[in-house]
Amino acid sequence: MRHRAEIVVTLKSGVLDIQGKAVFQSLQQLGYGELEDVRVGKVIHLLLDAPTPEKARELARGMCEDLLVNGLIEEYRISLEAAER
Amino acid sequence: MNVSVVVFPGSNCDQDAVRALASFSGRPVAQVWHGDPALPAATDLVILPGGFSYGDYLRTGAMAARSPIMEAVRRHAYEGGLVLGICNGFQILTEARLLPGALLPNKTLTFVCKPCTLRVERTDTPFTGAFRSNQVVQFPIAHHEGLFYLPEEELDELERRGQVVFRYASPEGSIAPEVSPNGSLRNIAGIVNERGNVLGLMPHPERASDPVLGGRDGLLVWQSVAGWIEGGH
Repeated sequence: MRHRAEIVVTLKSGVLDIQGKAVFQSLQQLGYGELEDVRVGKVIHLLLDAPTPEKARELARGMCEDLLVNGLIEEYRISLEAAER
Repeated sequence: MNVSVVVFPGSNCDQDAVRALASFSGRPVAQVWHGDPALPAATDLVILPGGFSYGDYLRTGAMAARSPIMEAVRRHAYEGGLVLGICNGFQILTEARLLPGALLPNKTLTFVCKPCTLRVERTDTPFTGAFRSNQVVQFPIAHHEGLFYLPEEELDELERRGQVVFRYASPEGSIAPEVSPNGSLRNIAGIVNERGNVLGLMPHPERASDPVLGGRDGLLVWQSVAGWIEGGH
């Protein structure tokens, strides 16, 4: 069974997000005075072959821990959906 | 002394390191491909050079830290061998968890490439025995991700264990946030592991090993390592 996993990786709240800060300033200059904060992260899409959604999630989590995410500075969330064969 | 320089796809300071060390030691320097499973026998010092390994994709140093040679580097460090990570090499060592912390993008939002002055905080490591206590030296820096980060409490622990070896300083040796070129916490430019045999630093001693290239202060690192090895360690 094929699954599509979307992993959103963001910097932990205490970690200075220099990219987010730059985008924040730029949006303020464009006149968006309502803006209070910007955090920039990244999205990683995985296409997985696994017998169950639980197994697919477990695999994706393992990949996050092994390489995709640096737990010291980043956090992540996984969303999963069935993919067409 | 026997030196091995690891070459990752995207390394670009490997030849600088090879040249500096070969010229200093008068011996050939081994170059080891990242996909190799082992280091040359009798390696005393492994250097992870600067550059943009794996294009800096995902996070700087992340994929290089998981390449096959790193298991051998880990074993070398475990057995007490010396490991030196310069710039991207430092980033790789933190990603490999051989050193604590992470290197975040510079606070200035820019790539910073210039000479900078550093204060030596410890002279009892294998890499700094030839320095005078609190000596100020000049090495160049060239990086975009050099802001050393650890959560506050862990930073205190790092300081308490004396793991900070180099700090960005004024030419007179004073430490203030303004003299940090990248916003690094507590002006940290280089740290060692608890055992002291693994050093990572953002500045480039190999680019300060020839007067033609703007200085000789980097030679002190090689002299320190040579002295350490000759001392029978």
